[in-house]
Parts: sequence; structure tokens; C-alpha cells
Amino acid sequence: MTQEPEIETKDLSFYYAGNVHALKRINVDIGKNLVTAFIGPSGCGKTTLLRCFNRMHDLYPSNRYEGQIIFQGRNILESNLDLIRLRSSIGMVFQKPTPFPMTIHDNIAYGLKLKGLRKKAELSDRVEKALTDSALWGEVKDKLHESAYALSGGQQQRLCIARALAVEPEVLLFDEPTSALDPISTGKIEELISQLKDRVSIIIVTHNMQQAARVSDMTAFLYLGEIIEYGPTKKIFTNPDNKQTDDYITGRFG
Amino acid sequence: MAVPQKKDPLDRLFMIVTATAAISVIVILTGIFVVLLSESSLAISRFGFFRFLASTDWNPVTESFGAATAVFGTIVTTLIALLIAVPTAVGIAVFVTEIAPDFLKGPIGIAIELLAAIPSIIYGMWGLFTLAPLMAQHVEPFLQRTFGDLPIVGALFQGTPMGIDIFSASVILSIMIIPFTASIARDSFNLTPAVVKESAYGIGATKWEVVKSVVLPYSKLGVFGGVVLSLGRALGETMAVAFVLGNNHVITASLFDAASTITVTLANEFTEADSDIYLSSLFYLALVLFLLSFIILAIAKFVLLRAEKRYSR
Repeated sequence: MTQEPEIETKDLSFYYAGNVHALKRINVDIGKNLVTAFIGPSGCGKTTLLRCFNRMHDLYPSNRYEGQIIFQGRNILESNLDLIRLRSSIGMVFQKPTPFPMTIHDNIAYGLKLKGLRKKAELSDRVEKALTDSALWGEVKDKLHESAYALSGGQQQRLCIARALAVEPEVLLFDEPTSALDPISTGKIEELISQLKDRVSIIIVTHNMQQAARVSDMTAFLYLGEIIEYGPTKKIFTNPDNKQTDDYITGRFG
Repeated sequence: MAVPQKKDPLDRLFMIVTATAAISVIVILTGIFVVLLSESSLAISRFGFFRFLASTDWNPVTESFGAATAVFGTIVTTLIALLIAVPTAVGIAVFVTEIAPDFLKGPIGIAIELLAAIPSIIYGMWGLFTLAPLMAQHVEPFLQRTFGDLPIVGALFQGTPMGIDIFSASVILSIMIIPFTASIARDSFNLTPAVVKESAYGIGATKWEVVKSVVLPYSKLGVFGGVVLSLGRALGETMAVAFVLGNNHVITASLFDAASTITVTLANEFTEADSDIYLSSLFYLALVLFLLSFIILAIAKFVLLRAEKRYSR
């Protein structure tokens, strides 16, 4: 990577309440405008690592970080950091679709309103743009003012991506975004992820190794809270250096 | 051969015992209704239904009875109590579920449940000896000075602040129903999926914004059900109100006047009922309360059922 990384962790350790050591001295560079996948067996810490990047762990008491995460030249683990700003630069899409209990339009406009955008015309423009970017506009343009719950699971997930995109983040975190979806919806989301990387850097946690192989440029294999191997996806899946990685991707454990 | 033959008699017995227990609920409910209806038949035939509800006359001497004053007192004290209790209870629930640090969540939760466990007669005694003087000497004169001269609203604050009045009764009632409303609201808030809240935080929402646009919309039907259940309780509450409301059959605009509710009338006047029509009218009043509570609980059940259906998927 010649470019400066989007996010860089330096000896990042993370402890859940009760001193559970979930991440051990993680050093990883997340490339700009690349899709980076975290893979590994359940409980390896991949979701925990993902949730460090937008400090989601702060919502629950007694969680503790050590080390540094550098984003835009700044350590985002500093205690005086503006979490609200951080989370609008680093968006997140979850395992299950999480539309808010409001209309489709309002779901997308929500983040923009939080940022202080009030003008109706501008809001509609941004909503349309976000929905277009998430390949949902054609399907929902006639029912913007209906409840978001009326959409199918796959559409809801793309709505959540649109909602995250609307506030124009630099990074998007995907936490197993297709594990609750059918193959067709999964295909659409994967296609979308490939298109989005021109505009945002993407980190995706996935259980599905084929998915990691399909969508990502870089792959990190985690096991027991450590990064076992990190490199270009092609190399990880065809010629890994580490035996554990090889065992995992060939399905011998995990 | 799934079920061995010899177990059958025991199963049968078990079925009979549980079915008897279950059916007794319906029998008792029907029994109470029938007794109320038959005991009040004299008053029903004398005063009719709508005339009884509309008449403000409650005069044992002339043997002319109407439910309007008692119904008025019941509804007004209940509504004011809800007006005070619901925002407080929702505030408590928001604090406990979303804002309080962990070491405060437990104690506040327990305190709320304990508040619900205090017998109502104790609220009544506390109301009479502590709250009423406090109201009469400080709160009510202050309200009177502040709002008494305003047009329209001023009418609510006229008269001599005695502390034994609609306002004190409503305050006592609100304290009694806050724990119910708060704990139901808390349970409803906790039903909001964590991941939806996280999504809102994830695009940069503050705690207040998450509560306002995610937690409250998610749980509003549940909270509403809780409010209606509290409403039912407030309607039927007797002892606490009897101590601080006076027993005065009037319809009044001022919150500082004594009044009466259905339950207070019943508690105070059965011993004095010296004629058949007086006694029958009291039963008739009880029947009105029975129907009122029944309707309100039915609405609450209906709303809760709808809420469950909507969020069960």
C-alpha cells in the first residue's frame, strides 16, 4: 500500500467488563477505498474489533481500550473525542436490518437532521441520492412516506446502508450484513459494497468465507483475539503463510 | 401407544382441578355483576340509566340520587393524577433504562417497586397528616398567588386552600400510580432492540435523540397500555382518596374544593344508608364504576395485544 491508510491501529487491546481480554495487541492498517474483510471463527474478536472503530463499546459500562486507533491523524480512543462526530464519519450497518420506527424518507433523513439539516428540498435531494447510491430508489420512490417496516429484509438492509451513506461518512463498517438475508438479497448487498468502495473505505466482518473472497481486497484472519494473518485477499485464500489460516479457509476448523 | 393407560385417571383429575379453578374466575365475575345488577334494580327502575348519570343531586333526605357528582370526582381526580404521573413515570423509566449509571439502576428500580407495595391506607394517612397541611400552607397558596388571577385558568385555583380537596387527592393518586406506570414503561423501553438503538448511536445520535426517535416510538403502545392500567387502578382507588378528598357531592371548577368519587361515596355511606332506595343507589353507583373499569381495562388489553402483534415479528 503506497497510500496512507484510512485507519491504523497500534497495539490495540480491548477488555470487556470483568477484564475479559477480547483483543490482543492488534496492529492493522485499513486501506483507503478498499474493502477489508475480517474473518475467523465465532468468538475470535472480529466483531469486537469492528465495534472499536466507532467506539460502539462505549455504550456499555466497564469496557476498556488500550493502545491507539489513528483515524484522520488523530487517536480516536482519546477520552475527549467527540463521539457524535466520529460516528457520523464512521457509519455502521448491522447483522440484522435495523430500520427506525418511521417512514422510509425519515429513516434516511434522520442522520441529516441530526447534523442540523432542516431545509425540506435539500433533505429530499439527499434522501434521493442516498437511496440511489444504495440501489433502492427505483423500488421505493413511490412509497417514501410509508413505514420502513413494510420493506423486505433485503430492502431494509439496503435502507440501512442508505441511511449510513446519507451522512457522507469516510468509512462504513459492516457487521455480517447478509447473515439474515436470502441469497438474492445477499448478492445485491455484495454488489453494492463493491460499488461503494470508490467513495468510502469499507470494513466487513463475515462468517461466510466465499463472501470475503468475493467482495474484499484485503483480508485479516483473527483467532482468539489476535490477528493471525493479514494480507491481500487473493493471497490469504490461495496461498496463506500461516498454517492456522490455511486450516480455517479450507474448512478444517472453525 | 403414546400415553400409558394407567395414567389416565390422574390426568383426568388434574384436568378437572385446573378447569374448576379457571372456570371459577368467570363464575365470580358473573356473580358480582349479577349481584350489583339485582341490588341496584330498585334504583335503576326509579332513576333510569342516563338520568342517573346526568343528575347532580345526591340527597338522602329527599331520596333523590344521581351519579354525576361522583363520576365527575372520579374522572377529574384520575385525569389530574395521570397528568402528573405519566410524565414523571416516563422520565423515571428513561433515566433508569438509558441514562443512569449501573450502580443507580438497581436501587431506583427497587425503590419504585417498593413504592408500589405500600398499602393504600398508608398513603391515605400520610396524605391526611403530611401532604394535606403542606398543600394547605405552602403549595396551594403559591399556586393561587401565581395563577389565581389569570383568566379562565384562574378558575381552577379559587377558594380557600384547605388541603382536603381535589388537588391533594390527585397528587396522592399520582404518587400511587407512578410505580406502575414507571415499571411498565421501563419494561417496554427494554424491549427496544439494542441493535436499533446502536444504529441510531451509530449515525451520531445523542442519548436524547435516541430516546425521542427510537425508544419512545418503539415502546409507545406498551407505555400506553401501562397508562391505561394505571388509569384503571386510579379509578378504583378508595382509601388514599377518601382521606384527602372530603366527601362533598358537588361539581366544581376549583381544584381547591372538596369533592367525592364513586369509591369514596361507597366507603363513607354504606353505614348511613337507612332506606332501600339509598342502599340500592349505592349499588347502582358501584355498578357504574364496575362498567367504567371494565371498559377501560378492555381498551388496555386491546391496545397491548395490538402492540405485541406488531413487535413480535
